[in-house]
Amino acid sequence: MIGRLSIDGQMLAVVTLSTILLLILPQVFEIDTILQLTLNFSFSILALSLAFVWGYAGIFSFGQAAFFGIGGYAYAATAINLGDSTPAIVAGVLVPTLFAALFGYFVFYARLTKIYVAVITLVMTLILYKFMGQTAKPDYMIGNARLGGYNGIPAVPPINVPGQPHLFAGPDEMFYIAGFSLLAVYVLLRWILGTRFGKVIIGMRENEKRMELLGFDTRLYKLLAFVVAAAVAGFGGVVFTNWNAFIDPHVFQLAFSAQPIIWVMIGGLGTLAGPILGTFILSTLSLELGVQKALDVNLLLGAIFTFFVLLVPQGIIPTVRNLLENREAAASNKTDGTTESRG
Amino acid sequence: MTMLEVKNLRASYGRIPVLHGVDFSVEHGAFIGILGHNGMGKTTLLKTILGQLPASDGEIRLEGRNITRDSAHVRANLGIGYVPQGREIFPRLSVEENLRMGLLRLKGGEAAGRQAFERTLEEFPRLKPLLGRSGGVLSGGEQQILALARSLCGNPKLLMLDEPAEGIQPSIVEEIIEILSGLRDSRSLTLVLVEQKLDFIAALVDSTFVIQRGRITGSIPAGGLADTDVVREFVGFGQS
Repeated sequence: MIGRLSIDGQMLAVVTLSTILLLILPQVFEIDTILQLTLNFSFSILALSLAFVWGYAGIFSFGQAAFFGIGGYAYAATAINLGDSTPAIVAGVLVPTLFAALFGYFVFYARLTKIYVAVITLVMTLILYKFMGQTAKPDYMIGNARLGGYNGIPAVPPINVPGQPHLFAGPDEMFYIAGFSLLAVYVLLRWILGTRFGKVIIGMRENEKRMELLGFDTRLYKLLAFVVAAAVAGFGGVVFTNWNAFIDPHVFQLAFSAQPIIWVMIGGLGTLAGPILGTFILSTLSLELGVQKALDVNLLLGAIFTFFVLLVPQGIIPTVRNLLENREAAASNKTDGTTESRG
Repeated sequence: MTMLEVKNLRASYGRIPVLHGVDFSVEHGAFIGILGHNGMGKTTLLKTILGQLPASDGEIRLEGRNITRDSAHVRANLGIGYVPQGREIFPRLSVEENLRMGLLRLKGGEAAGRQAFERTLEEFPRLKPLLGRSGGVLSGGEQQILALARSLCGNPKLLMLDEPAEGIQPSIVEEIIEILSGLRDSRSLTLVLVEQKLDFIAALVDSTFVIQRGRITGSIPAGGLADTDVVREFVGFGQS
C-alpha cells in the first residue's frame, strides 16, 4: 500500500530526492551524458510551461516554443552586448513575458475560442521563424549582436558569477544550474497551483463560463496564466541557449513547436511530473534511434507517438496513478470488506 | 426597495430576436417565478440578465444600478448568483473543491471562507458525507443540490434558478423546496425561479410572471397557481 503524504511532504520528498540525484549524477556519468541531461533539463522547463498553461489553465498554446526561442534570443543579445549573464537572464525572462502580455491581451480580450488560440499561437511562432530567418544581412543587429538569419547567434557568453564575467559556468556547473532551475520551476508551479489563482485557472479549465458566473474575469486569468507560462518558457530558452552557447531560428519551427505538445501528452496532461518524464523519454529515444540508419528517426517517433496515443491516451502518469489507486481500492475492499471509498 | 428591474429588455441570437421587450421588477426579499413553455425565452431572459447574452435594447437595474453593459463577472460580483439548467458542476473536481470554487470570490480571507463553507454545509447536510467524491459521480439530484450550494457560497443577493426540478427525483425536489424556503429567512435572499412545473413553482413563490413569445404577458398572484383555470387562461396549458 502507498503511504499518503501531505502535499508539503510530497514536495519535500521530491526536492530532497532530486537534489541528491543532481549531486550524484555528474560523478557517475561521462560528459556526453551530462550534456544530454542538461539539454533535457532545458526542454523539461519548456514542457512544464506548456503543462501549466495547457494542462491546468486549459489553454492550448501551440506556439509555446516561441517564448522559449524569444527567451533564448533575448539572453543571447543581452549577454553579447553587456558581457555579463545576470541582466541577460532577466531579459531572457522579461522579454517573452512582455511579448506574451501584449500578444495575449489581444487574444484573450477578444475572447478567441480554444481552437483559434491554438492556431494563432502557431502562426505567431511561424512568423517569428520567417522573420528571424531573413535577418542574415549585417543590418540586423541588436547592439553588437548580429541576429545572423538561419545561422543564428553563435558564441553566446555562458552564465557567469554575477559581476564576474571571467568566472563562467563549464559543462558540469551548467548541469547543476539547469537541474536546479528545473527543480525551482517545478516547485514554483506547484506552489502557484495551490494558491487561489491556481484554483481559479483549474476551474476555468473545467468550465470557463461557470467561473465567469461565479464572478471571475476569465479573460484576465487566462492572460495571467499565459504570461506565467511564457516567463517559464523564456527561462527554459535561457538555459537552452547556454547549453551550447548558441541559438538559431529552428526553435520557432513547426517541428520544434510540436515537440513540447508530444512530451506533455505522453507524460500526462494535467500533471507536472508527467511532461518532464515525457521529455526525457522522447529525447532519449530520438537520440538512441538516431544511431541506427535503417529507418528514419522521425518516422519511428511518429509511429511510437501514434501507438502511444491509442494505447495510453491519458499519458503515463495519470495511467499509472489510476492503476495504483484501483489496486489500493481493491486491497482495502479485501481487508475490511467495505465498499465505501473516499475518492 | 427594488432588487431587480428589467425594462423593455430585448435580446436575440444573431438575427433571430427572442426577447421582444420584457418588463418586470422584483422587490427585495421576494420570491418570484417566471412561467412559460419551452421556447418562450425563459432561459434567454436569465442569460441576458446574467450578462451571458448582450441586450440589444432596454435596461437591467440591480438595486438601482444600471448593469445592462456590465460583463458577466462584474454582475456576479455585484451579487447575482445563478444555478443553470443542467447544473454545470465541475464533474472532475470533488464536491468540496466545487464548493471552494464558489468561496474563492468571497472577501475577508480564509476565515470568512471557512465560515461560509461551514454555514453552507449546515444548510446542505446531504453534502457532508459526499465531500470527497468527484462531482460527476453524484446523482442528478445531488448535483442539483451541489450547484445550489455552490452558488450560495458566494453569498448572492439575488439567486436565479433555471428549472431546478427538471429530471430530479421527487424526494430531492421536496428537499430543495424546503432548503430554499428556509434560506428566505436566514439569508435575506431574493429569488427568481424559472420553471415550467406548476407544483414546484407554486410551493415557493409569492407571485409568478408569465412569459410568452419573449414578452411578459401577465402575472399570477400567490394563490392563483393552484387554480387551474387561471393558469390555463394565462399560459394555455392543457390546450394541446
